[in-house]
Amino acid sequence: MSSLATSNTTLPNAWLAEAATRISAGDALLATLELDLDNALRFSRGLVLLSEHSLQAREANGEWQRWNLRAGLALQHHDHAGIATLELMDNSTGTTTRLAAWRYTLEQNVAALRLIEKFDKQLEAVISGRPPETEEVVACPTCKALLEPGQEECPICTRELQTPPSTWTLFRLWRFAHPYRWKLLTGFLLTLASTGATLVPPYLTMPLMDNVLIPFQNGKPMNWSLAGMYLSGLLGAAAVAWVLGWIRTYILALVSERIGRDLRTTTYKHLMGLSLEYFGGKRTGDLIARIGNETDRINIFLSLDLLNFATDVLMIGMTAVILFSIDPWLAIATLLPLPIIGWMIHFVREKLRTGFERIDRVWAEVTNVLADTIPGIRVVKAFAQEKREADRFLEANQRNLAMNDKLNKTWSIFTPTVTLLTEIGLLVVWVFGIWQIAHGASTVGVLTAFLAYIGRFYTRLDSMSRIVSATQRAASSTKRIFDILDHVSSVPEPVNPRPLPQVTGQISMRDVGFRYGNRSVIRNLNLDIQPGEMIGLVGHSGSGKSTLVNLICRFYDVTQGSVRIDGIDIRSVAVADYRSNVGLVLQEPFLFFGTIAENIAYGKPDATREEIVAAARAAHAHEFILRLPQGYDSLVGERGQGLSGGERQRISIARALLINPRILILDEATSAVDTETEKEIQKALDNLVLGRTTIAIAHRLSTLRKADRLVVMDRGEIVEIGNHDDLMAREGHYFRLYQAQQRTHAELAEGGEA
Amino acid sequence: MSRFALTRNPAGRLICTLADGTVHANVTPVRAFPLAAPDEGLALMSQEGHEIAWIENLADLDAANRGVIEDELAGREFMPEIRRIAEVSSFATPSTWQIETSRGNTALVLKGEEDIRRLPDNGLLIADNHGILYLIRDRKALDRHSRKILERFL
Repeated sequence: MSSLATSNTTLPNAWLAEAATRISAGDALLATLELDLDNALRFSRGLVLLSEHSLQAREANGEWQRWNLRAGLALQHHDHAGIATLELMDNSTGTTTRLAAWRYTLEQNVAALRLIEKFDKQLEAVISGRPPETEEVVACPTCKALLEPGQEECPICTRELQTPPSTWTLFRLWRFAHPYRWKLLTGFLLTLASTGATLVPPYLTMPLMDNVLIPFQNGKPMNWSLAGMYLSGLLGAAAVAWVLGWIRTYILALVSERIGRDLRTTTYKHLMGLSLEYFGGKRTGDLIARIGNETDRINIFLSLDLLNFATDVLMIGMTAVILFSIDPWLAIATLLPLPIIGWMIHFVREKLRTGFERIDRVWAEVTNVLADTIPGIRVVKAFAQEKREADRFLEANQRNLAMNDKLNKTWSIFTPTVTLLTEIGLLVVWVFGIWQIAHGASTVGVLTAFLAYIGRFYTRLDSMSRIVSATQRAASSTKRIFDILDHVSSVPEPVNPRPLPQVTGQISMRDVGFRYGNRSVIRNLNLDIQPGEMIGLVGHSGSGKSTLVNLICRFYDVTQGSVRIDGIDIRSVAVADYRSNVGLVLQEPFLFFGTIAENIAYGKPDATREEIVAAARAAHAHEFILRLPQGYDSLVGERGQGLSGGERQRISIARALLINPRILILDEATSAVDTETEKEIQKALDNLVLGRTTIAIAHRLSTLRKADRLVVMDRGEIVEIGNHDDLMAREGHYFRLYQAQQRTHAELAEGGEA
Repeated sequence: MSRFALTRNPAGRLICTLADGTVHANVTPVRAFPLAAPDEGLALMSQEGHEIAWIENLADLDAANRGVIEDELAGREFMPEIRRIAEVSSFATPSTWQIETSRGNTALVLKGEEDIRRLPDNGLLIADNHGILYLIRDRKALDRHSRKILERFL
């Protein structure tokens, strides 16, 4: 009971108490399932509980139902579109009758699976009269991974990240500024010093006015030496400000570029580590925009805007101190507009921030249109849809324009208002200054100095108001960058990876299930593959063959069950360690920009030339490579332009051969080429397959003749296993597939002859 | 017009008897355009995933068959309509939303903005972390508070 209370923390306490009253003496509660839907599929709470003698359910209206455990009862569950159904069936009367059904969202799935498992055991115990065998090893109900004794939650399953990133996103950038903190501090101190130097000239105008010009105007002779001293002071201050400003700008520009580099490379590195699932859900244009523009924006913000802002604040502080030391009353009049401007900045901040975030998203939409259309240009042209694509681009641009227009309404009124306030501030100083001079409380020099100061003062406020937009833009960029950085790969590296010894290539899949979104793609799949065995995967398209291969490659992680290599769960070894044992040949081979030799050595960059040539020979690629003008040094492009499909495929076979993997996966490796080329490739493949565990998917069943076993899949399940002759004799799924293909071939042949 | 007859067996599964007398067990009705035209184009799928019958329009069926299909669909289809967004945990994703829906109040976890799909006529389709789809028929028709929250994610 105590362990139950801890494992079901979401269960309301009142219900636990109520549940306890439902369990009679001599009975014990075994498992509970909290329901979050009722049978009309409305969100409401219910409860199913399993005790040693009965299964009970609390309906939404508070009524309880009870079934005593007896032979013939069975629990079944299935799910569709994110909701699951648990059904209590009765097989005792000959026909299957449904006694009850309960609905819940997949959030409760683990609890449901646990309940079913306990139910099956307990029912068996009740029927046989023997106490249920106590479990020696506890397995996670979802993924069947073994759990440590006393471990309630499976470490593999409970890694979903649901905590939102902090709102103080900008502070997280410190991670990138940290390595340059001393340079940044130097830059900051230089800024401070040069700011100080710019504050000297207005201060000197005060004595220049009061001690030189006004006495001269009042008839005294011109004091040239004093005037010269003040003027050289002005020149000196300007020179110092110039030198300091120069060094500062240089240092900060250096730092800025470095931070930008770090930000981009870190993000890209993280992006490379994310699973295919992430790339499947994101659009290329959006990711390119994030890594390109957004990092740039952040880096400018960090190294320039942020420092400027700090300087501005200091400048205002310093100026205020100087003003107060000269004339407190005049200083108060001067600083009066400051809170108003501060309030305005705050007001506009909110509007601008959301605005900029949305502009970024709309902008990503514009780039997405480009990223969609340019690679698909052949389709666009073939269907003569150029105009439609242009319209689509126009539409995205219109939305961008509309969003910008909306934001500019707020933005455009902002700067002029600051200017207006500056002018009004100056007016206040003039009025108050004249009034004070008239009463003899101040001098012309003081007023001149004040006017010179607040000229600068308000300029700073103006630039501070510009920082509002810079900060907001940087904050939204930061958020979008950290969206990538915070994304935990759904194929995570284990915390303590187990070392993977030299593997033999034995693969076993236990109760494997995989869900893509809310669609269940693979269900309850069990398969053992012996070392060196060749398995042919057969089935209609959409039957889950490619998904199964993706699970074996660990491009995705299983949602249920486990995939093991030599008995080791592939989730417990480092991803790179595991993948170095897997060779993959795809239907559409991808060649990177570079030489043929580089492309062959992609999986093993330190391969010697001899190894590369040997791999190419084995892949039957050597000869055609030599026929190219520059041999192995010939450049191949993005999609391997200039090479035929078969040639590209053989290069990719050489690539797989070179890493000498124990497990080889051929995903429709020969389906994109004609029969002649297929023969060539097939010869290359025969070399590749030798002595390796091979899993081949092929549309043309004839290419799987060499397979030791054929695995026929249908709608995510294995329906038949056996060799060609067995399966033909069984006249099942495979037979029908084969017949259908033979017919098509015959028709094609007839058509060809006619 | 009765090309088939639908009944339910004691196990709660649909049984479809075609006009030629063939009987299919465990039949599931599927909408072809669940969003764009829910009542047009329904297929009855066999357990093996093959189409048994095609229904142009739900209204063409006789009352008995339609009743069974609607009943079955009601038990399978789950797309709560969001009436109001009460609160969100953050404007950065993943974010937990407290919502009022046509099927009662609940919370959903939005994994990323890309899980919000735009539909014609200001509609939105929001997928939560468990793959449940929530529908907003017209976001302009939501109350001001919900609209403001929603704007931040679009």
